[in-house]
Formats: sequence, C-alpha cells, structure tokens
Amino acid sequence: MDLVKPAFGLVFWMIISFSVILFLLKKFAWGPILNSLTERENTISDALNTAQKAKEEMLALKAGNEKLLQEARNERDLLLKEAREAKEMIISEAKTKATEAADKILVSARENISNEKMAAITELKNYVATLSIEIAEKVLKQELADPNKQKELVQTLLKDTKLN
Amino acid sequence: MLNNINGFRSFLLKATLFLTAFVFSTFLSVAHEHEVKTTHNEETIVTEVAEIDSLSHHDTTATHSTAEKFNAGKLIMEHIADAHDWHVAGDFAIPLPVIIWSKERGLACFMSSNFHHGHSTYKGYMLEEGHVVAVNEMEETDAHHATVNEEVTAGLYDISITKNVTAMLISMAFMLWVFISIARTYTRNPNTAPKGMQSLLEPLIIFVRDDVAKASIGEKKYKKFMPFLLTVFFFILLNNLLGLVPIFPGGVNLTGNIAITFSLAFITFLITTVNGTKDYWRHIIAMPGVPGWVLFLLTPIEILGVFLRPFVLMIRLFANITAGHIIALAFFSLIFIFGEMSPIAGYSVSIFSVAFVVFMTVLELLVAFLQAYVFTLLSAIYFGSALEEHSHAEEHH
Repeated sequence: MDLVKPAFGLVFWMIISFSVILFLLKKFAWGPILNSLTERENTISDALNTAQKAKEEMLALKAGNEKLLQEARNERDLLLKEAREAKEMIISEAKTKATEAADKILVSARENISNEKMAAITELKNYVATLSIEIAEKVLKQELADPNKQKELVQTLLKDTKLN
Repeated sequence: MLNNINGFRSFLLKATLFLTAFVFSTFLSVAHEHEVKTTHNEETIVTEVAEIDSLSHHDTTATHSTAEKFNAGKLIMEHIADAHDWHVAGDFAIPLPVIIWSKERGLACFMSSNFHHGHSTYKGYMLEEGHVVAVNEMEETDAHHATVNEEVTAGLYDISITKNVTAMLISMAFMLWVFISIARTYTRNPNTAPKGMQSLLEPLIIFVRDDVAKASIGEKKYKKFMPFLLTVFFFILLNNLLGLVPIFPGGVNLTGNIAITFSLAFITFLITTVNGTKDYWRHIIAMPGVPGWVLFLLTPIEILGVFLRPFVLMIRLFANITAGHIIALAFFSLIFIFGEMSPIAGYSVSIFSVAFVVFMTVLELLVAFLQAYVFTLLSAIYFGSALEEHSHAEEHH
C-alpha cells in the first residue's frame, strides 16, 4: 500500500527542511517573540503591582489624613472647652474681685462716714462746750456781777455739796 | 451587545459564502479533471486501439467501455497521493524537478515535464503509477513500449521535489515570512498591544506556551521545547488548513501523508529519547517497586510503549487528515457516479453532495485545529514524561 508506506524522498526533504526551519524560526522568530511576550507580561504585572501599591498608599494616606483631621478636630474641641472654662473662670474671678472691691469700698466708705461723723460729733461737742462755756461765762459774768449773788451761789453750792 | 450579534451574523454569512465558494471551486476542479482524464483516456485508447488493430483483431469495445467508466477510488487515491507534477487546473500542471540517485547510474536531475504525464521515458526512467522506475531503454521512447529494469529500480533513491515537497517548502517559506515579520514587530514595538497578524497569532502562541508546554512539561523546563512545539503546531495547523483550500497553493494532502507524519513523529521520538532522564529510563527498563517476575511482562510492554507513542502520533494525524480528504472527494465522486447513470441524477445528487461537503469542510476546520493541538500536546506530554523526576515517596509504593 502506497498510502501507508512513507516515501523516502519526502521523509528526506521533510527532516532536512524541518530542521532548517526549526533552527531559523528558533533563532529569528520564537526567541524574540517569546522573550518580548515574557517581557510584556512582566511589565504589565509590574505596572499592576505598582498601581496596587499606589492604591494602598493612597488608602493609607487617606486614613492618615482622616486621623489627622480627627486629631485636629479633637484639639479644636479641647481648645474650645479650655477657652470656655477660662472665660468662665475669668468672669467668676472678675466677679469675686469686683464684689471684694465693692465691699472694700463700702467698708472704707462706712469707716470714713463714721470717722467723719465722729469728727463732726466731736467738733460739735467741742463747739457746744465752748458755746456753753461762753454762755456760762456770759451768764456768770452777768449773774456774778453783784457780790451778793456770788455769795448766794456759793451758799447753794455749798449746800448741795454735802460732806460725808 | 446588539453590535456583537450583528458582527457575528455578518461573520457567519461571510464564512458560509467563503466556504461555499471553496467547495464549488473544488467541485469545478474535480469536474474539470475528470473531463480531462476521460479525454486523455480516449486519446490513449484511440492510439492503443489503432495499434492493436494493426497487430491483431481484438475486441476493442470491452476495453473502451471499462476505461471510460468513472473510477472513484483511483480519483481519490490520485488526489491524496504525492505526484511528480502539480496539477493546477484543467490541462495546466506545474512541472517539478525529478532528482534520482541510483547505485548503478548515479544522479539524474530533470524536470518532470520530460515524462509527458507518464507517456514517455527520459534518461532511462519513466513514471509508473506515479512512481519513477528505471527502464532498459536509455533514449527517449514511448513509455508504453518500455520495459522496466527491476534491478536498477530496486536500488533507486527518489529524492525529487514532488508536489508534497513543494507544498511543504511553500508552507515553510510562508511560516518563516509570517513569524519573522511578527517577531520584528515584537522587537520593534516592545510592550505595546498586539496588532494585525500579531494579534491573530499571539493567542495561539500563548496557548501553546501556557496550556500545552507549561502544563505538560512544567514551569522549569518548558522553555527548551517551545521552538519545536510552536513549529510543529503551526506547521501542522497551516498545512491542515491549506489542505482544505482546493485551489493552487492549497489542496495538497501534506499532513495526511504518512511520510510527513512519520518525520514529525520521528523528531518527537528523537527529542524524547535524547532528553530522557536516568529516572525515565529506569522506569522503562526496571520499574522500581515492582517484583522481579512482573518485570518480565512489564519491561517489554514499556519498551514497546516507547516506540508505540510516536507511532500513534504518526497514525492519528495521517488518518484524520486523509479521512477528511477522502470523505470530501467521495461526496464529489458520488455526483459523477450518479451522473453516469443519468445527468438528472447527477445534478440532483450534487445538491446533497455539496451540502455534505460544506458540512464536512466546517468539521475539517475543527479537525485541523484539533489535530495540530493534539499532536503538539502529546509531544509535550512525552517530553514531560521523559523529564519527570519521580518523587521518592512514589517509588516506595
């Protein structure tokens, strides 16, 4: 059967030309093609990895920002609280100080008033005393101008003053 | 989505038209050839008849009627077999160089047109049923009167550039052109998306690399075998597809030729044998962990297996592709067989024949890919098995 009997010439040419084409394609086609395929795949996977990394970094950055923002917000709240407290403290302090000062003023005013009053009273007393003495002097001068009357007075005075 | 469906539809339409055109051109070429053959036959018969008439009075009507009858088997075999010239269309055939080396007569090179389609001898050779045989007459004579020199014919080495060799060289030149040009694109524009021819072939290259080589040989050692696997895959695929094309550079039953499949399988066998590890040979000659008496049975089977594997590769590809060609030709032959009964029968059968051939051609397209894949995959598996390092745990079983 010709159909199933390999022809010598065909096998001969096939082996020779297949070896030649294998060599040529290996050197000029498969080598460069496979190399650049691998290279391209590496480039793509590298690019994907880089993108993934960048994404992760972005996420980290975002989380950091969030944290920073939260911290800032907390700080602001704290500051506000402190400020409020300080304000209240200052107000209350001022109030107490004002009260104290008012009290002091009141006290000193009262003292002054009493002092002035005392001074006025003393002055008045002194004036009344001098006035009384002057009056008494005038009265006495008038009364005692007559020596009888002087005697009469001495007599009365002596009468009132009982010797024990 | 809608666009996709439309695209697919137009693709289907184009593919159907294309296939129908192909099939019709095959049909036409077969029809034409048949016509030419019958006229040829008539001519020879006329001359023969004249000669015979002059010599003796034979009954010529019997030979006439038998010679005219359409012989499907002969037609199919002629289409499948190799030839010393390439029949293109009608009477036109491309003559191919005949190269013959004989122990007695030395080297002879001449164009096959000198044989005049087997009607004359040249330089002491002639064509007999497509084969070159030596004849006693050294000068050019009518082939029908020449006597075959059996002694010289036995020591004849025919390394002619036949139709199959030409088809093989054409396909190889085509492969070189395509792959070297795409390789240049790869090196010129590295790291860019593939374009044109590159994007058509790249998936196939990656498929061979990832699903055939890496999967069967392993990540570590596959690189060494890639050139062979890729070359074999594309050589078989290209020639399977070219075999389906009925017009000139195609239509040759190259991958369905046993010499071609033998050569490919032989190279696979060589690579497997050369790359076989110590472990591989030990598993063939004396399977570890198997009792001695079983080895008497197992070792011959294993050794047989070494040769059987490439043998199966050879037969599978040959049978699949040849079968495809035979079926297509058989359906066409049906038209002529019925046509001989009556023209009406021939025309009505032609509708069914063409429909069946369209169907078979579509199937053969699938087979073309499948067989290229199977050959490559099995070669890769054999290489993988030759390189396999069996783990120690396995050996203790």
